[in-house]
Amino acid sequence: MISKDQILKIAKLARLSLNKQEEEQFADQFSAILGYFEQMSAVNTEGVEPLITPTEMEFHWREDEAVQWQNMGSEVVERSPDHSGKLFKVPPVVG
Amino acid sequence: MATKTWEPVIGLEIHAQLLTESKMFSSDATAFGGGDNENVSPVSLGLPGALPVVNKKAVELSVRMGLALNCHIRGKSRFARKNYFYPDLPKGYQISQYDEPLCQEGYVEFFVNDEKKRVRIERAHMEEDAGKSTHHGDYSLINLNRAGVPLLEIVSGPDLRTPQEAAEYARSVRQILRYLGVCDGNLEEGSMRCDCNISIREKGQEKFGTKVELKNINSFRFVEKALEYEIQRQIDCKESGEEIFQETRLYDSTKNKTFSMRSKEEAHDYRYFVDPDLLPVIVPDSWIEKIKKDLPELPLSRAQRFQDQYQLPQYDALILTQERELADYFEAAVQKSSQPKAVSNWMMTELLRLLNENKLDIKDSPISSEHLGELVLMIENKDISGKMAKQVFQEIWNTSKSPKVLVKDLGLSQITDEGAIEGIVDKVMAANAKAVEDYRGGKTKLFGFFVGQAMKESKGQANPETLNKILKKKLDTPS
Amino acid sequence: MTLQNKSLFELRKLLEQKEISSKELTGFFLERIERFDSALNSFVTVNDQALAQAERADEKRARGEKGKLLGLPVGIKDLLCTKGLKTTAASKMLENFVPPYSATVVTRLEGEGAVTLGKLNQDEFAMGSSSENSYFGPTKNPWNPQFVPGGSSGGSAAAVAAGLAPATIGTDTGGSIRQPAGFCGIVGVKPTYGRVSRYGIVAFASSLDQAGPMTRTVKDAALISEVISGFDPYDSTTSEKSVPAWSEKISGALSGKTIGVIKEFVEAKLHPDVKEQVDRALAMFKEAGATVKEVSLPHSDLSIPVYYMVATSEASSNLARYDGVRYGFRADFSAHPAESVEEFYCRTRGEGFGSEVKRRIMLGTYALSSGYYDAYYKKAGQIRRLLADQFMAAFKQVDVLFGPVTASPAFAIGDRVSDPLAMYLNDIFTTSANLVGVPGMSVPVGFSKEGLPIGVQLMAAPFQEQVMFDAALALEERAGISERLPNGY
Repeated sequence: MISKDQILKIAKLARLSLNKQEEEQFADQFSAILGYFEQMSAVNTEGVEPLITPTEMEFHWREDEAVQWQNMGSEVVERSPDHSGKLFKVPPVVG
Repeated sequence: MATKTWEPVIGLEIHAQLLTESKMFSSDATAFGGGDNENVSPVSLGLPGALPVVNKKAVELSVRMGLALNCHIRGKSRFARKNYFYPDLPKGYQISQYDEPLCQEGYVEFFVNDEKKRVRIERAHMEEDAGKSTHHGDYSLINLNRAGVPLLEIVSGPDLRTPQEAAEYARSVRQILRYLGVCDGNLEEGSMRCDCNISIREKGQEKFGTKVELKNINSFRFVEKALEYEIQRQIDCKESGEEIFQETRLYDSTKNKTFSMRSKEEAHDYRYFVDPDLLPVIVPDSWIEKIKKDLPELPLSRAQRFQDQYQLPQYDALILTQERELADYFEAAVQKSSQPKAVSNWMMTELLRLLNENKLDIKDSPISSEHLGELVLMIENKDISGKMAKQVFQEIWNTSKSPKVLVKDLGLSQITDEGAIEGIVDKVMAANAKAVEDYRGGKTKLFGFFVGQAMKESKGQANPETLNKILKKKLDTPS
Repeated sequence: MTLQNKSLFELRKLLEQKEISSKELTGFFLERIERFDSALNSFVTVNDQALAQAERADEKRARGEKGKLLGLPVGIKDLLCTKGLKTTAASKMLENFVPPYSATVVTRLEGEGAVTLGKLNQDEFAMGSSSENSYFGPTKNPWNPQFVPGGSSGGSAAAVAAGLAPATIGTDTGGSIRQPAGFCGIVGVKPTYGRVSRYGIVAFASSLDQAGPMTRTVKDAALISEVISGFDPYDSTTSEKSVPAWSEKISGALSGKTIGVIKEFVEAKLHPDVKEQVDRALAMFKEAGATVKEVSLPHSDLSIPVYYMVATSEASSNLARYDGVRYGFRADFSAHPAESVEEFYCRTRGEGFGSEVKRRIMLGTYALSSGYYDAYYKKAGQIRRLLADQFMAAFKQVDVLFGPVTASPAFAIGDRVSDPLAMYLNDIFTTSANLVGVPGMSVPVGFSKEGLPIGVQLMAAPFQEQVMFDAALALEERAGISERLPNGY
């Protein structure tokens, strides 16, 4: 049902490199899993609005007040994998 | 081979940064000029466990703009996640609105070459801005101060037909944004961004051609130029049988051309789904009504009122209502002086010129509306002559002192008192008896000479009309 | 003093009566952790500030300051951010991540004077039902170290069962508190969705995750639930509903209450020992004065596919932030530089995440992708609503829904880890509560013939935790096993 090619496409979309074992096994595992999930299609859901937040709650918003998060930025930058001054550093972004 | 007639079809997507203190979904500051990665919080850093909370003011400003664009405001709208990977996008998704945007189905009207044009607003929705990345050869640097700043994305229908119309449309949207205090519309700094969608089709054809998106346009002039270039590029393509690809192209202002962003453009699959960290945004009718009631007079309505109420020509009215502050200034000066046309002339010929030359906004004008009004009133009351007024105007600009004070200090009061002028004329005539004789003998050209002498005697302060009147009377009537 | 199997209430009394100091009590558990945990592997990090915190609690008590949990040590699942203390989500991706802020749950516990003992092991990013998916190795079930403690809150469950902590906090997305509580013979509560703030909890599935207590007794669980529940302005999905004093109002007398046995759950293929305990529990309810009737929830059969489609979709998006840019693991590019940003992401995420995490991210990506969204993600969401409707209809007839937590007692380590689908089917009885948002809990009632604990599950209508706690107490009083410890502990 799911081919190895499709697995590689999905992995790319999700930005995940796969090791040898994953490349070998994922296609079959996905096929089994999605095959099991097919039972969903038997349910008549016409006109049913999907449920997202399961319990009833009131909408909240916050007042527009700026808060200084006390050096959180510099703390996080300091501990980041690579930085230059107070900026995060990554390989060159094309485009 | 005959060339077909091609019709461009243009739509604009405008992103406007909202004038809030804090970000769309978190309380870190939006203020410009913070140190690198200083205006951040767990939410805008995309830390594990961080959650978004909606900024009320951002919703308010968005509703305000939506109403000004004649949109239907949804009482219940939802946020959705737009998923893609980019280093300046800390969560790996942008919170935006997809199926249920806040504002829909509006329109905006504006003038192009004296003709009124209406463009549909398909939707206006709320979303958050990404951070900024700068590129340095073999690495890039990321600053997240901008990540999370509230944006309103305004999408027009494909109703524009020329680059000029597109630029005017963008200008009028910016004008409204500024009128409402929703966004400061600074294209150079990026607080407002314009992306264009452009396709062409044969005139008369109903179906749309392949759409190309243009980005990286940071002035209205470039909106026109980028579109001009792209339209021609697409026409050339079509006429030489080439295909137009659906893609994003960047505008290069130095070369004045558009170029493709990637050699192989992969269509993004954003996998939109309703953001489960947020509840639907509920905007009560009563709140919308209140915002509607508090809307300031919009530019086009205000211009119309200037024409109706002050009998100004359309041309003047449109210029004076270009910025809300300018229109406010005008009306304040008119209130002071009750001379709308005169105020308009002074503003359009003198004040705007000086402001432009000195790169100042009306709000920084050294001449206040009070003072301009006072000056115009003084001219009207003949307290000073038109010529004097120009000098006084310059002095107010230089010193910011009131015209009354300046006129007094500089002794520039106009003499209108007939008795006083008679005295001056008598003096001049007495000192130039021969000339009087010559004039009365037929050398009427000498009239100018007497005017000059009288003006000199009065240090230029004699009211010209009165002077002329009295001089003529005295010269023509031998005593 | 035998302190390791005392409830929070009992320990609190000892502290209040000055029979023991917090420093001594905390030291007691720290010593047990040192002694037992290398075999159990329930802790990822022990808090080196725990004793200092305990001392401060003692000082507070001396000053007359109060706190519902003053001086009581609590363990925290390594999925909750603890400021200044490593928070790993049991993943290589966050192996050395030290958060600059704490989860609201942690702040509230500390606000009532609790002492943070340390961070507990789990399945990586809460994805798993056995705690075998941890980057730091599996946690063992203290009742039998060849067996799993359950997951994903396996460390949290094992630590309480083994008496290494009197109480811990776990999280539950599809059963991750209730199932390990069942496997380890302790009490585990998943509150109503919206009771407990998710702020600071590493997100797995936003519309399903809830943190909750894992304790030795029902009353302890009710107390911790009170402390951690309540509206949080930092979490838009918390409810403003007031939090009742559950632990004070709790009562095991059930006359006038109706227990609804879920037909589909009890008629499923159950291990005979589980069936036996389910029947025992039903008898206990009747003895406590409750009416027992049967209810049917037909769509509960679909809860696994619906759960996995919803959870993996939300997770695929929630885990997109782990990219090595701002924090966490970044692949080593010194020998082979990344030729594109895409490669940078792929290698970092590919090396930082374990297989199960990758599998779920990809399933979710697929379910949301163009062309599949309607058949998978949207469909699941629609069935979710139908299931919720069935639950609400059931709650019009009964006060509490009842059934097993799992189909069998704990399974052996290595048994199901290579068959993802088999692993997913573990959650068959627990995922509904998350999908529908109702509160659910696991109560231990007995043991299998091999000596492995067996628990049963209770659920109540949204925000009706009180009656659920009451029914649980009725079982606990009759089962009489809350003080039992595994051999050698």
